[in-house]
Amino acid sequence: MLPETTHDQAERYNFLSHLNRHLAARVLPGVERAYRNEVAPRFQARRGREPADRHEARRALEGHSLYRTWSALRRNTMEMRQQAGLSVVLPQLPALVERARRTVPAGKLQLNDAVRTPRYLTAVDHHCMPGSYYAERVARDVSGAANYDSGLFVTTGGLLGRFADGGGHGMVAFVRKLRPGFAPRRILDLGCGLGHNVLPVAAAFPDARVTAVDVAAPMLRYGAARAASLGVGNVEFVQADATDLGQFEDASFDWVQSIMFLHETSLAALRRIMGESRRLVAPGGLVTHVEQPRYGVAMPFFEQAMRDWDALYNNEPFWTKLHEIDLDGLLVAAGFDRECLIHAGVYAIADNGGFPDAESEDVEDYGRKPAWRISGAQVPA
Amino acid sequence: MSEDRTSEAQEPLDVLRLTGAKARGKRPYFFDDPDVERVLAITMAVAGELAVLRQRLDTIEELLETRGAVTRADIEAFEPDPAHAERRGRWYQEYLARILRIVQQESEALDRGDEPTSEEAGARLGKE
Ligand SMILES: C[S@@+](CC[C@H](N)C(=O)[O-])C[C@H]1O[C@@H](n2cnc3c(N)ncnc32)[C@H](O)[C@@H]1O
Repeated sequence: MLPETTHDQAERYNFLSHLNRHLAARVLPGVERAYRNEVAPRFQARRGREPADRHEARRALEGHSLYRTWSALRRNTMEMRQQAGLSVVLPQLPALVERARRTVPAGKLQLNDAVRTPRYLTAVDHHCMPGSYYAERVARDVSGAANYDSGLFVTTGGLLGRFADGGGHGMVAFVRKLRPGFAPRRILDLGCGLGHNVLPVAAAFPDARVTAVDVAAPMLRYGAARAASLGVGNVEFVQADATDLGQFEDASFDWVQSIMFLHETSLAALRRIMGESRRLVAPGGLVTHVEQPRYGVAMPFFEQAMRDWDALYNNEPFWTKLHEIDLDGLLVAAGFDRECLIHAGVYAIADNGGFPDAESEDVEDYGRKPAWRISGAQVPA
Repeated sequence: MSEDRTSEAQEPLDVLRLTGAKARGKRPYFFDDPDVERVLAITMAVAGELAVLRQRLDTIEELLETRGAVTRADIEAFEPDPAHAERRGRWYQEYLARILRIVQQESEALDRGDEPTSEEAGARLGKE
């Protein structure tokens, strides 16, 4: 399903991924030194103490011209990436719409006009994508998804693999280890997007019937077509709100999961998503939600402040709050037994198919490192 | 549940406008003077276009060298082999290092403590 790129369009992406890499590898270490050598000592001198939280650390950083320069360059790179992606997608949109329509197998796409776009999605366009996930620029639109898919590697730099599915592969490996022989019959993926990470899960459990839900129709149309074109036949893409999945009966899934979804919701939505996870999982089943690591006491305020960058400047408004939330507490409040909770880390397993690894250097680009935490529960049989 | 929305009569898309459209949400500015940020954004866009042109030229040179002739279709179909892709990648890193030289130097200055200016050094040398 990937949109085609001309020579120059592909080079625009290459320029931007090298620019991102340069900013992470060559400029960011300077920001860290600026914090250590100038920002933190100045804060100490003026206030007679260290920054008390990440917000103070960040506000102090904002006074430093190197942080400003890095931030201005990075924000601008995000905007350039969106323009580059849309300039690939929009001119060929009629063909993409038609291809998606023809490729989706019968019954694998269920749209529902009654599903409303949540307010937290309409407040700002997530990661500066004009039109976000849900815009309907034309009838049967797939443009938001095609843009997301086409330029994803510009920001992830190959860390997630050529199909951007490293998180899904990581989850499969995790579940296989946690429960050897686990053979779920029904799997539910919440906030599936265009299905990057649910496809490896579906492929690993070919006998399972996988239901992938999202509120955004363009993502689902594209995702259903993409799954078919990649030969994954056991996923149905359903337009539904993960906070209100009344169309599914209680205990109807053996595994309820999400991957990098929760940070794009809200606190109220999160509570309801945990509630629905509890209601929908069958006895003996599994619930896993994959997210970025929590900002714990062990994480320096500088790192926390840097990880907040996307929340504040790349339109990920809930990102910062999510990372201080006690997800365990929410799971328990939703009815899971504390003894049954899962705590684990998971790494992306990137399949680069023999392509040269764009980011073989060990570069820290806060918030983009493919090392996540799993929150969830094993439900007693 | 419907299979999909029924299609309505479509206006042609204003592709050029939509491509550069602003994302919803107030834009943050990092410099005190937004004019500086605007100039930076324009400069980086030009830097991007120059890089694209440079790589196109590299493609043409490669095609001329290996085939002796080049068509637009050849350019579009061109895929550098792994060694060539790596050379192009290295070129990008050098190119960006040149464009963003001042940022590198300002960052090096952070580890140099209080360096004298040449004027200060000169004043001292006159006294020694
Ligand atoms: C970052 S993307 C998810 C990425 C995806 N899980 C993957 O692995 O590639 C977030 C998605 O969540 C969807 N979304 C946001 N709120 C939702 C909700 N309440 N119910 C279902 N989907 C939602 C958005 O439309 C968007 O496609």
